[in-house]
Amino acid sequence: MSPLVLVDHIPALPEVLLLVGACAVMIADLYVKSERRGLTFTLAQAVLAACALVTLLVLALSHPQKYYLFNGLFVADTLSHLLKLACYVAVWAALVYSRAYLADRGLLRGEFISLLLFSLLGMMVMVSAASFLTVYLGLELMSLCLYAMVALNRDSAVSTEAAMKYFVLGALASGLLLYGMSMIYGATGNLDIRQVADAVSRLAESDAERRFLVFGLVFLVSGLAFKIGVVPFHMWIPDVYHGAPTPVTLVISAGPKLAAFGMAIRLLVNALPGLAADWQQMLVVLSVASMALGNIAAIAQTNLKRMLAYSAIAHMGFMLLGLLSGIVEGNGRNAADAYSAALFYALIYALMSLGAFGVLLYLSRAGFDCENLDDMRGLNRRSPWTAFLMLLIMFSLTGIPPTAGFYAKLVVISATVSAGYIWLAVAAVLFSLVGAFYYLRVVKLMYFDDPVESSPLEWRPGFGALLSVNGLLLLAWGILPSGLLNVCLEAIQAL
Amino acid sequence: MLLSLAIWVPIAAGVLALAGGERNARWISLVGAILGFLVAIPLYVGFDLQSAGFQFEEKALWIERFAVHYHLGVDGISLLFVLLNSFITILVVIAGWSVIETRVAQYHASFLVMSGLLNGVFSALDAVLFYVFFEATLVPMFIIIGIWGGPNRVYAAVKFFLYTLFGSLLMLVAFLYLYDKSGGSFAILDWHRLPLPLGVQVALFFGLLLGFAVKVPMWPVHTWLPDAHTEAPTGGSVVLAAILLKLGAYGFVRFTLPIVPDASRELAWLMIALSLVAIAYIGLVTLVQTDMKRLIAYSSVSHMGFVTLGFFIFNAYGVEGGLVQMISHGFVSAALFLCIGVMYDRMHSRAIGDYGGVVNTMPRFASLMMLFAMANAGLPATSGFVGEFMVIMGAMQTSFWVALVAATTLVWGAAYTLWMYKRVIFGAVANPKVAALKDLDARETLVLGVLAFAVLFMGVYPLPFTEVMHASVNELLRHVALPKT
Repeated sequence: MSPLVLVDHIPALPEVLLLVGACAVMIADLYVKSERRGLTFTLAQAVLAACALVTLLVLALSHPQKYYLFNGLFVADTLSHLLKLACYVAVWAALVYSRAYLADRGLLRGEFISLLLFSLLGMMVMVSAASFLTVYLGLELMSLCLYAMVALNRDSAVSTEAAMKYFVLGALASGLLLYGMSMIYGATGNLDIRQVADAVSRLAESDAERRFLVFGLVFLVSGLAFKIGVVPFHMWIPDVYHGAPTPVTLVISAGPKLAAFGMAIRLLVNALPGLAADWQQMLVVLSVASMALGNIAAIAQTNLKRMLAYSAIAHMGFMLLGLLSGIVEGNGRNAADAYSAALFYALIYALMSLGAFGVLLYLSRAGFDCENLDDMRGLNRRSPWTAFLMLLIMFSLTGIPPTAGFYAKLVVISATVSAGYIWLAVAAVLFSLVGAFYYLRVVKLMYFDDPVESSPLEWRPGFGALLSVNGLLLLAWGILPSGLLNVCLEAIQAL
Repeated sequence: MLLSLAIWVPIAAGVLALAGGERNARWISLVGAILGFLVAIPLYVGFDLQSAGFQFEEKALWIERFAVHYHLGVDGISLLFVLLNSFITILVVIAGWSVIETRVAQYHASFLVMSGLLNGVFSALDAVLFYVFFEATLVPMFIIIGIWGGPNRVYAAVKFFLYTLFGSLLMLVAFLYLYDKSGGSFAILDWHRLPLPLGVQVALFFGLLLGFAVKVPMWPVHTWLPDAHTEAPTGGSVVLAAILLKLGAYGFVRFTLPIVPDASRELAWLMIALSLVAIAYIGLVTLVQTDMKRLIAYSSVSHMGFVTLGFFIFNAYGVEGGLVQMISHGFVSAALFLCIGVMYDRMHSRAIGDYGGVVNTMPRFASLMMLFAMANAGLPATSGFVGEFMVIMGAMQTSFWVALVAATTLVWGAAYTLWMYKRVIFGAVANPKVAALKDLDARETLVLGVLAFAVLFMGVYPLPFTEVMHASVNELLRHVALPKT
């Protein structure tokens, strides 16, 4: 291989680096005694930092260009870099947040760290996919790692059941996705996303071809909806969120959502803009159903992890509002605004979700898992600062200014209104009102009720600091959202 | 710069009070509240009476993507509310001085942050900025009711929050629609000039109406108010009645009337009808209350009915009367809630039946409360009279019958306020606890005394309050009279 070819592959350097790093971590861990597992942790963090650095470098050099690599299988553009950076942060936060929890329960093994890094690699491949094959490759890499992680605590029946459920349903969804892809391949004769887009816009003119394409599209959207976790493909979410160890729930709730968003952009926006009128209609149904079911079912939960699972369903419904309002009657004038709104929503949601599960982990102790609503009782007495951070996160999830969650809702609803779906905007705000109730209940428990256990919470330096940054970032972006909004818009415009 | 200071000085003081710990919180808050009022005074002194436009404007790009600006400014309509709010905040801090014993820092911080946010609502000229301040005020109030409130506080706090959130979310959709139609502008003044067909105006009217009517609150969406007032601590009730209720009415003047003037004129009958129901029917409901705080809460609904009535009869008497009524109600209701607070701190009961003969043990208190009761009933020479009189005069120009129904409030108001006063203050001392009551201490006398002065001053010489409004109100009425379709 000549040096010039190597230079050409620089945009894929983060993936290469992570693959090498993950293997190195895996091997190094074999030689580390379990009481010195901190070494593996540090190494994994170093790998993440290196990847982040390289990604930033590539981003700075290439923006707003995009590069197709490996014979058009892989694309490196601003959106993929941005999503990768967000995934690094999510995985890094997951590492820091979960360390003490896992160590207390004897789960802090090398597998967790290497699986986490490999699932990250899967996410990166997903968001950089330029061909149906690559999408599938990345998706399976990520999902298989996650299945194993859910079953990390192998003595727990609940975890095992959740993993089984996740695996079976996940395999089904992958099958649906593959089936949809093969249909579209059959119609267009292509797997390359750019060429599929060309072929589809040509074929969509004829009714017979269009019917065939839409048939494939239905399967594609179903598979996608499963991975994003929206109604009616949501059944796995509450059980997996509930059954998985909290650190794994935290992992599943942030990075994979971003990757699924990236996949949706690749499959729907990049590959099938010609069928926008069809998939947008499907997304409308998915979105309304998710907002309704997610918010209403969450009210009945007493387990906080389950409540956050239903809240995740509702939030993904909101995120879809951005995706579905891009193209109005064949006119893509609104598209950049709408898709960047969805991107902003996904990023902010990941941050809120990290924070919420982070607080749960922060409150957990050896022998005590904080996962019921009642465990939040009187937190303001025990630790005003943690309670305040949770308050910010809860109000952000509700969408109350001045928190970032408000702007997330504002941008997607604004996109919906611009697309002319006024009724959808009204439905969205009404369901977010329903949602306000159960978020408020958490605030109520923390601030208005007396604690069950009155021991003050001890401050954990590294964890506490990162959690504070996480919470305060929601406030900071709630006061000055302009920068992040612009970044999202640029990333979408560079598609 | 001055407006920014009026917003951020109290908020900064609130954060400092939190950081300063329990022991210093009271003093930090007092200094912050006084500073907040001091920076608001130059707004009044330097205000140009001839100009109908916005003064003390500040404008900076805030969110580029949506062309949202940090745009502040006050006109004759909003100026007085900034002052009223900054003034009430001082009284609230003093009133909570010794009463609040748990989590003092959080208590005072909540009030100061809310005070800053409320100033923001009254001076925002950008719809997103307005909405951010408008919604953000829910958070501290929710906390205040929920932590320091009465026995049923959780129910009241959640009801308050969800009710008001419901209204404002639909208002947000209306805002986003206007943003889209105006070609990407959130500037309220651009929306004032935006031509809109009547059908759209009507739809927007209802969207905005829900947001503001819940806040006012208008009949029939008023039911959260008695609960919130009853359960809130004294300071919370004071701010709720004096300032928070004014947000809704202010929204009508700033948004509904100028943005959808044709729909406002078309649907004025509806607004007048709802206002009259609030005045007459809620007036009767007030009469039968047995809980003092609930009684004053219902009387607030009735008085706010006067305000909305004044706005939708479209003449200078009505609009100015409504604004004067808002300021006056700010003083009077604050004073009455403080009076009830004074009694509650001693007796831990709000039921009228537990009292009787208070004048025997608390003569100073009884005489001050007499004044506020009279003002609430709208006695001439108190501030309560001015606004009601102006609105009735304005209504008379539109329709005799409207004026007649509105004027019944003078009967109901006198009946429910004075009957309550009679049962609580006069009569024989039946309850041994009443016999042991101590009269007002220095701090309470100071707070109530200042309010008594304000009520009398405004009743005798309302010119300083009305003269700042003239130019802006006339401009508003001129604007509303022009068709915009």
